[in-house]
Amino acid sequence: MTLNPGDQIPELRVTPDKYLPHRYAGASGDFNPIHIDDEFAKAVGLPRNILHGLYSMGLVAKANAALADGNPRALKRLSVQMRGMGVPEQEIVVTGTVKSVDGNRTVVDTVAAQGETTLIKNAEAELEL
Amino acid sequence: MALKTDAVGKEWPGSTYQVGREKIKEYANALGIENPVHFDVEAARAAGFRDVVAPPMFAVVYSSPAVAPAILDPEVELNFAAMVHGGQAFEWDEPACSGDEITTATKCLSIEEKDGKGFYVFETNSVNQDGASVARGTWTLIVRGV
Repeated sequence: MTLNPGDQIPELRVTPDKYLPHRYAGASGDFNPIHIDDEFAKAVGLPRNILHGLYSMGLVAKANAALADGNPRALKRLSVQMRGMGVPEQEIVVTGTVKSVDGNRTVVDTVAAQGETTLIKNAEAELEL
Repeated sequence: MALKTDAVGKEWPGSTYQVGREKIKEYANALGIENPVHFDVEAARAAGFRDVVAPPMFAVVYSSPAVAPAILDPEVELNFAAMVHGGQAFEWDEPACSGDEITTATKCLSIEEKDGKGFYVFETNSVNQDGASVARGTWTLIVRGV
């Protein structure tokens, strides 16, 4: 795939199901109750149990790795800011724009959003393609 | 109240994580990652990896256990209950494969107050059993109301 600055990367759309935070907790080892206990989350002022920020970052990594057909060697650097809270059962859309291409190094600006809420912003991925 | 910054520069000894096939599979499944190199040892070897290879963001799995003692260190005095994970960066070198033993050391890079919030930045360095760098992480944790 030949990429040029300004190109959009293929969009990634994922709707995490109700139990996704539990599976991600098991996979990652992060069992913070705000992610897996709806009652606890509400008791501390959250709308419901929320997604792990690093899960959303994982989706950003996946959307970028797709540029290299999922080759796990391609992603060299990923830097993100986590902002809004993600929730299960609502679609997440990951979009990205190629920022620069220098030889085999491509830098992509990526955003993950859920409806009006930005989950991941200022995400910069550097890929070796 | 001034933020306590005594822990800036403090380093915590490495903690070692043994990478396993089933854990890689579990992580890839949670993210919906389908490349067979994360599931099938033959596919991984055909692609030039020693064994089933982890997706890059599996770095959180092997490096988080090394960050926890830093966050909970009384000298850091981080109010865990008011903490959010505000930013994260990784740089990757050698891929992490099943069978690897990855040792991660943590260092406190900075503690700063901005707009009534405390910004705690930690760095992790992960190396494999051959001493090769696997990943470097920068963890920005934000504490409200400091």
